[in-house]
Amino acid sequence: MSTVTVGDSPASAPTPLVRPAYKVTGLRVLRSEWAKMWSLRSTWITLGLSLLFLVAFGAIAAADYRSDLGSGRPLEAAEASATALGLSVFGTNFAQLAIGVLGVLATAGEYSTGMIRSTLAAVPRRLPVLWSKAAVFGLVALALSTVGVVVAFLVVGGIVSATPAALPVSHPGVVRSLLGAGLYLGLVGVIGTALGALLRSVAGGISVLVASLMLVPGLVALLPGSWQDDISPYLPSSAGESMFALTHDATALSPSAGLAVFLGWTVLALAGAAHRLVRSDA
Amino acid sequence: MIEAHQLTKRYGEKTAVDRLDFVVRPGAVTGFLGPNGAGKSTTMRMIVGLDAPSGGSVTVNGRAYARHTAPLREVGALLEAKSIHPGRSAFDHLMAQAHTHGIPRRRVEEVIGLTGLQSVAGKRAGAFSLGMGQRLGIAAALLGDPATVMLDEPVNGLDPEGVLWIRNLLTGLAADGRTVFVSSHLMSEMALVADHLIVVGRGRLLADTTVRELVERAGGDTVTVSSDETARLREVLAGPGVEVTGAAGSEELHVSGLSSQEIGLRAAEHGIPLYELRSRTVSLEQAFMDLTRDAVEYHATTDVETPGRAA
Repeated sequence: MSTVTVGDSPASAPTPLVRPAYKVTGLRVLRSEWAKMWSLRSTWITLGLSLLFLVAFGAIAAADYRSDLGSGRPLEAAEASATALGLSVFGTNFAQLAIGVLGVLATAGEYSTGMIRSTLAAVPRRLPVLWSKAAVFGLVALALSTVGVVVAFLVVGGIVSATPAALPVSHPGVVRSLLGAGLYLGLVGVIGTALGALLRSVAGGISVLVASLMLVPGLVALLPGSWQDDISPYLPSSAGESMFALTHDATALSPSAGLAVFLGWTVLALAGAAHRLVRSDA
Repeated sequence: MIEAHQLTKRYGEKTAVDRLDFVVRPGAVTGFLGPNGAGKSTTMRMIVGLDAPSGGSVTVNGRAYARHTAPLREVGALLEAKSIHPGRSAFDHLMAQAHTHGIPRRRVEEVIGLTGLQSVAGKRAGAFSLGMGQRLGIAAALLGDPATVMLDEPVNGLDPEGVLWIRNLLTGLAADGRTVFVSSHLMSEMALVADHLIVVGRGRLLADTTVRELVERAGGDTVTVSSDETARLREVLAGPGVEVTGAAGSEELHVSGLSSQEIGLRAAEHGIPLYELRSRTVSLEQAFMDLTRDAVEYHATTDVETPGRAA
């Protein structure tokens, strides 16, 4: 089996089975995961929803701001300080749910359906599957989200033009914030795939995702103030927000520190997923 | 070629697979038999690396499955449960598998044709009937043109035509020189296709044998013959591979190794009158049941070695 003659001539002794030489490579696993992702209807629906959330919620927030401004009534504090950028990333909260859930489905869905057995039979070394899923989904989520927030910014800019919230794209921090929002959502997608692989359960993965992005910040708010200031900035949600917020108050992390912390959370989730994938029976 | 050495799998207290030693050779169909819960599926999962053995090892063509550069070319497996995403079409499922190995689209179309899935290849696999699902699983198993084909209960859910198709497929694959390893809890089905049998019960090896040997061990095909000249008849029938038994003073002899026709002819040649000539065939199903029931009993009472351990 192990001896393969290179360039054997037709005259050489006939082997009982002449079979083609296939080989598993990292790039091919990536290709397979790419094909798997796009061959499911849920991918198209969920990604479409994410894009819709980003653009539509931004537009709704902007329209709301404009109508409140036009009504002549005094604006609420949050609205008074609103910027076109803040309104454009308003949809991020909703899009992160759709993207995170799709990430969980990409991995945990293989366990719930049994597909994982086919996947791991083809790639028994296992880890390339996790890296490929995370890379494919993370990059798609990154690209889609970046397009989403940029479109949202253009739409919002049109709606709030000639109001105090109007902001040119050349304004310091605007481009960084838009790219930060795209990157944040891309990483949420990676965290989703990691949680799905770690917990091997769609319901479990979604629960932990929602809890860590949306519930934990609320719980931390119940802690004494000084603790809050120490913990809160490092939570995934706060660190992520630092990546796409235009301005940062004293307690918030800087955009780059926010990115570093959020990357840390991502790596942690991936490491847990890798450990479980390699150690546990499929 | 599949080689298991002291292969063991424990789940907590329960031992699903208990020190299995066996070799599955190329060029033949090897049946993997045992009652439900005997550890067949677990063994197959260990062969393709889905489960890690608690002890011992199993290799495919000389090395662990995961250490091959093109695993799907070494073993094509159809496992017990559905291993597909119901939302993906049959074609997309096979193509995704093919991408990992650089298997061309042409080969995907080939296995779809081979398994008769052309008309439903574009449909979501979740809508497939049990039989269609099995065919898709077999298509996936054949995708990498594997040297070893391993199928767990392949005839489950197939109609008679499908069962016949599987039989022909298995014998064809073995004739190509491939290793064919097929599990079943139906002895009758295995008897029709398997050249070799590996029988397990409660995770233990009960027999590593051929269909013929198994039948012989269970008493074999015997012929009962009655005559008042038993002594002469014994002499006439004696020969290599022939066994004649009978109680002293009885008119009845039990002969194995000769057909009733041969016995009748020889008796006539020597002018021995026969009163009765009756052949008795051992039911394979019965032979298998006896073998596995013994295992369960031995296991439950004492730790005596099961009959097949000597094999």
